[in-house]
Amino acid sequence: MRQIAIYGKGGIGKSTTTQNTVAGLASLGKKVMIVGCDPKADSTRLILHAKAQNTVMDLVRELGTVEDLELEDVMKVGYGDIKCVESGGPEPGVGCAGRGVITAINFLEENGAYTPDLDFVFYDVLGDVVCGGFAMPIREGKAEEIYIVTSGEMMAMYAANNISKGILKYASSGKVRLAGLICNARKTDMEFELISELARRLGTQMIHFVPRDNQVQRAELRRMTVIEYSPEHPQAQEYLTLAQKIADNKMLVVPTPLEMEELEELLMKFGIMEAEDEAIVGVAEAAAA
Amino acid sequence: MSDKIRKIEGITKESTQAMIDEALSVYPEKARKKRAPHLAPNDAASGCASVKSNKKTVPGVMSARGCAYAGAKGVVWGPIRDMVHVSHGPVGCGWYSWGTRRNMMTGITGVNNFAMQFTSDFQEKDIVYGGDKKLKTLLEEAKELFPLAKGISVLSECPVGLIGDDINSVAKASAKDLDIPIIPCNCEGFRGVSQSLGHHISNDTIRDYIIGTREFAEPESPYDIALIGEYNIGGDAWSTKPLLEECGLNVKSVWTGDGELEKIAATHKVKLNVIHCYRSMNYMCKVMEEKFGIPWIELNFFGPTKIRQSLRALAELFDDNIKEKVEAVIAKYDPIMQAVIEEYKPRLDGKKVMLLVGGLRPRHTIGAYEDLGMDCVGSGYEFAHTDDYDRTAPEMPDATVVYDDPSEYEFEKFADALKPDLVGSGIKEKYVFQKMGIPFRQMHSWDYSGPYHGYKGFEVFARDVDMAINSPTWNLVKAPY
Repeated sequence: MRQIAIYGKGGIGKSTTTQNTVAGLASLGKKVMIVGCDPKADSTRLILHAKAQNTVMDLVRELGTVEDLELEDVMKVGYGDIKCVESGGPEPGVGCAGRGVITAINFLEENGAYTPDLDFVFYDVLGDVVCGGFAMPIREGKAEEIYIVTSGEMMAMYAANNISKGILKYASSGKVRLAGLICNARKTDMEFELISELARRLGTQMIHFVPRDNQVQRAELRRMTVIEYSPEHPQAQEYLTLAQKIADNKMLVVPTPLEMEELEELLMKFGIMEAEDEAIVGVAEAAAA
Repeated sequence: MSDKIRKIEGITKESTQAMIDEALSVYPEKARKKRAPHLAPNDAASGCASVKSNKKTVPGVMSARGCAYAGAKGVVWGPIRDMVHVSHGPVGCGWYSWGTRRNMMTGITGVNNFAMQFTSDFQEKDIVYGGDKKLKTLLEEAKELFPLAKGISVLSECPVGLIGDDINSVAKASAKDLDIPIIPCNCEGFRGVSQSLGHHISNDTIRDYIIGTREFAEPESPYDIALIGEYNIGGDAWSTKPLLEECGLNVKSVWTGDGELEKIAATHKVKLNVIHCYRSMNYMCKVMEEKFGIPWIELNFFGPTKIRQSLRALAELFDDNIKEKVEAVIAKYDPIMQAVIEEYKPRLDGKKVMLLVGGLRPRHTIGAYEDLGMDCVGSGYEFAHTDDYDRTAPEMPDATVVYDDPSEYEFEKFADALKPDLVGSGIKEKYVFQKMGIPFRQMHSWDYSGPYHGYKGFEVFARDVDMAINSPTWNLVKAPY
């Protein structure tokens, strides 16, 4: 069983990419479980055709304690026999979502959710690793392979680099490795080249360049993956290719994150960012005129 | 198990149920519905639990329960004397759980006994930036300051689980660097409904990190046993261990009263596990049975009747050599115990006791009271499970009230109705009942006394119960209302 965690900047398309890729793996005959690690609980809706799955934490709140919970209450099976669990958690601004992730994963372990027939477990993790709870999926004995979803936008690349710093910390004491960047294209300039170069600098690979295609949104409107909605569509083929590449991937590295200057230099080289003009810093419009 | 069903005059299933219904009547409907299944008249004949248990406490009531950290620090890990036990988190949990359980220890502090308060003393910055680095430093300092400590346990307090610090990875790395066993125990207080889960988590850590990692120095013998679930409260183990040795058995290890890490780690080599506190350590007995084929037996060392039954049950598992020694021991102590009973029973005969303790004593001590002529008219636990209540049913007189995790209100209400001559419970209950004019003994800590286990303990127990009930003080107390 390979355990894989998907990280990336918020809104970059982690959940969509994960579900489409997992659907691809399922159609290649693999047994997969998705564990959504985000209080928004939208990591499984395309697999289950559901608005929102009953989450582990929802039921814990209802029953009062996690001890009263049964595995079948929180694990649903969807397209391609994919097992789906959402950790769930509080609405923004209250409580502790990170603990929700820890509670949910502990619960799954203690109740035998990690069955030997599984080929893959995917953790779809909230965008920002804001506390230790969101690093739970990459603790010892859990995911050892991480893919970062990014695009050619500046902030997405900053996030990818920051996540690599986190992986470096965990890699030094454990088996966690960076397995690649997935470029979820936003059609920015020289996106393919830029992410390929970023991957190279991080010591990893751009495992796949997923082109932008509105077919993904058309499938999402139906709460489906492209793989299920239109298996013959070229976009479905893209996800299938990504799935196959992940299944075959052997390139697991300790990342070499970039220093801030290095990253900015890279962005300038590709024209994403302009060189800083120190003369204009702190000068108001009126004063400059 | 008692052989006949006992009745108490004036107590019937109906009278007990009426008392329960009256207590419940003050609750709002939802709370009443939740509490009702936890209170019931005992059905002695069934031998089965009459109440629901191990459920979340109803919000708004005062409960006597503790937390998972308390179960790990106070009960299972804390008594191991040659280890450093780190309360990982803010200072309060470690401070207020320091030395309060009266699990006594031998040894020299700082040399082979570390009954000190070790804490990482979390501050704001540790919550914000995580406490992993601080923990690493603490472990290094502990090893440097106390090089003779055999190991270190890291007991998580609530915030550690909330911010998601990975103490397991710190422990692993530091154990390697410092060349000493370091056991991370994820016993955050908010986990589970009571301290019971803390016991379970701690048993699991013994399973994962300790058992099987050492061997006893001496050669094996067919009489090697371990005493499990004996925490040496008020020196209990110093009564039971010599008693078992007098019976010809080698007590190789005590879990965990006055415990030693290396002996606990070698317990997989014994021939039999004798368990006293079933609730807190049955998990490891089952693990050792499955993994190493070690049988286990539950015994009761409170009061001469139960001790006699227990020793004979134990002798059945051994050869004639042990059987003879056990009979000799019983013959030696029976007259001594008879003298104790003759001294105290005349003053205690027919007196009534109510109990509320943790997970064992509400059933195990009943026989000792009965040896003194007393009747148990109500009993209940803070954190017992169904299997404990199954074991309780035959021990209690029929139709007497059984209460699971009772609120202070329910407990007081029942005492008001049953008019016991003694209440045996904990420090949180003590002064409430004493102010009601009811004699009280702390049955968690033996009220600064002990031991209560074994023959030696029964003498102390009988004296203490007599002292509590027959103290002339009570004639001078008059409640002002």
